[in-house]
Amino acid sequence: MLRFLLRRLAMLVATLLVSSFVIYGSLYLAPGNPIAALTGGRTPSPEAIAILEARYNLDEPFLVRYGLWLKGAVTGDLGVSIPLRQEVSDLITQRAGVTAALVLYASLIILVVGIGLGLLAGLRAGAVDTTVVVVTTISAAFPAFVAAIVLLLVFAVNLGWFPATGEGDGFVDTIRHMTLPAVALGFTSMALVARVTRSSVREELGREHVQTARSRGIPFRLIVRRHVLRNAAIPITTIAGLTIASLIAVAAVVERAFAMNGLGAYLVTAASNKDFAVVQGIALVLVAAFVIMNTVVDLLYALLDPRVKVGSRAQ
Amino acid sequence: MSVPGLRGTGLLGHVCAAVIVLALIVGAVGAWIAPHDPDFVDLDLAYVGPFADHLIGFDGRGRDLLSRLLAGARTSLLGPVAVVAVAVTVGTLLAVAAAWFGGMFDTIVSAALDVLFAFPGILIAIVVAAVFGPSLRSAVLALAVAYTPYIARVLRGSALRERAQLYIAALEVQGLAAVAICVRHLIPNILGLIVAQGAVLFGYAMVDLAAISFLGLGVQTPQADWGVMVSEGRNGVLQGYPLESLAAGLCIVVVVVAVNLLGERLTDRAQRGAR
Repeated sequence: MLRFLLRRLAMLVATLLVSSFVIYGSLYLAPGNPIAALTGGRTPSPEAIAILEARYNLDEPFLVRYGLWLKGAVTGDLGVSIPLRQEVSDLITQRAGVTAALVLYASLIILVVGIGLGLLAGLRAGAVDTTVVVVTTISAAFPAFVAAIVLLLVFAVNLGWFPATGEGDGFVDTIRHMTLPAVALGFTSMALVARVTRSSVREELGREHVQTARSRGIPFRLIVRRHVLRNAAIPITTIAGLTIASLIAVAAVVERAFAMNGLGAYLVTAASNKDFAVVQGIALVLVAAFVIMNTVVDLLYALLDPRVKVGSRAQ
Repeated sequence: MSVPGLRGTGLLGHVCAAVIVLALIVGAVGAWIAPHDPDFVDLDLAYVGPFADHLIGFDGRGRDLLSRLLAGARTSLLGPVAVVAVAVTVGTLLAVAAAWFGGMFDTIVSAALDVLFAFPGILIAIVVAAVFGPSLRSAVLALAVAYTPYIARVLRGSALRERAQLYIAALEVQGLAAVAICVRHLIPNILGLIVAQGAVLFGYAMVDLAAISFLGLGVQTPQADWGVMVSEGRNGVLQGYPLESLAAGLCIVVVVVAVNLLGERLTDRAQRGAR
């Protein structure tokens, strides 16, 4: 187990290093001159240019700048937004909470509703099952932004149950503001989790040891808990983890639809304004969160299914 | 009675395929069969409902909604087609090459694909838009890059299995060139899976591309596009005129449902065939 853990952690660090390089490098290649953005189109004197270049490390070669940026990033310093003249980490921390809360809330909905529906469909063949399959087929095809618009229309505009925009203050108000966005964000993933839960529960129900347990007269509830859910948990954890990790990027769309001040929406604004320091910073944070989530899923998978370990050693 | 490419997908598979073909035809010719100019603005007609030959009324700037839906089908459908075409071509090439050469080459390709996996498609699209400016071309390119590892990973597995088959060894012994074996024998044998993967990816590409346009980083206003229309209609939704957003959203959902159902069936078939 320790070797598997170390190997996985080494992969995590390597992936983060390479992706940070890709993020920094791709934006370094971008056309446009940061000095022009700083001076707002006026032609500065050569001395002024030299001072600005020194302050923002623009006079260093690429690899040195990348090194400085990465060193800063590790200690939580992501540089300075040139158009805003503000620390990128300050700009990010203000907004990271909104995105984190949104993704967390959506994950909760996905797990509870997705697994609940999947179990219901898996255990009860017939009308219940058919309904769940039809509903999840349609909701799986609902992009987050379309779901957001429909929810906005029905529950915010027509019924007026929830506010249409903003992220709220305090716990209760935040929940009220975030309910529609979280449902919109989780709509597709919920369907995916439900379908995987359904099919894995079905598969486990058909296995011989379950059949044997049933023929021995063990109460059905007990069989479901001890034999079906235990084994079905493996594929469910995998799909839930992967799909929840993917929400980190999709959150941008939902934040935009509900005019929330989150990381993703801010990343889009920064990209349109060519505020490269902010784009680099947020992209790095989001990729790190995504990669760490995926690693956690892999580790969980190994914990739940000891055979994975054996497989990795055999390679 | 069954279309050869769809054998074994059932009635539902055929219906889905019909919906997709219809959508693609509209995507190709939609701008020409539009009853009105999709870009003609008449602010006096903003949010006016259906009348005369304006079958579903007008959008927030008084443009004919049906014409915009028809014209918007082009980028909404041909964009994902381009994404899938690039991702499938590059992914197949990488997968077959990795499986054929094995060893160091395979290790490097697989490692590069693993790193690429760390980037969600929308994130790549936003970064590309920051570098090259927002446009449909940037978005298509970004998504093609993001999807290539998905397709390459799946295909590498089955290409490896195929590579180990006896008939490949037999052809090699006969002195047939590697490229010829791959093109004439190996790729045709995994074609079912390639097509199935392409269909599944098309659904994802359509949703992601529309989302990127929704964010303002893909197709640019005032050009008609379903993703852009959902975004432009948002103000109308808040004011109680949801038709533009809903109509465009419905178009996306219908096509994606059809693509997903067909993709599922094609994947099932490819897996059955592999056994």
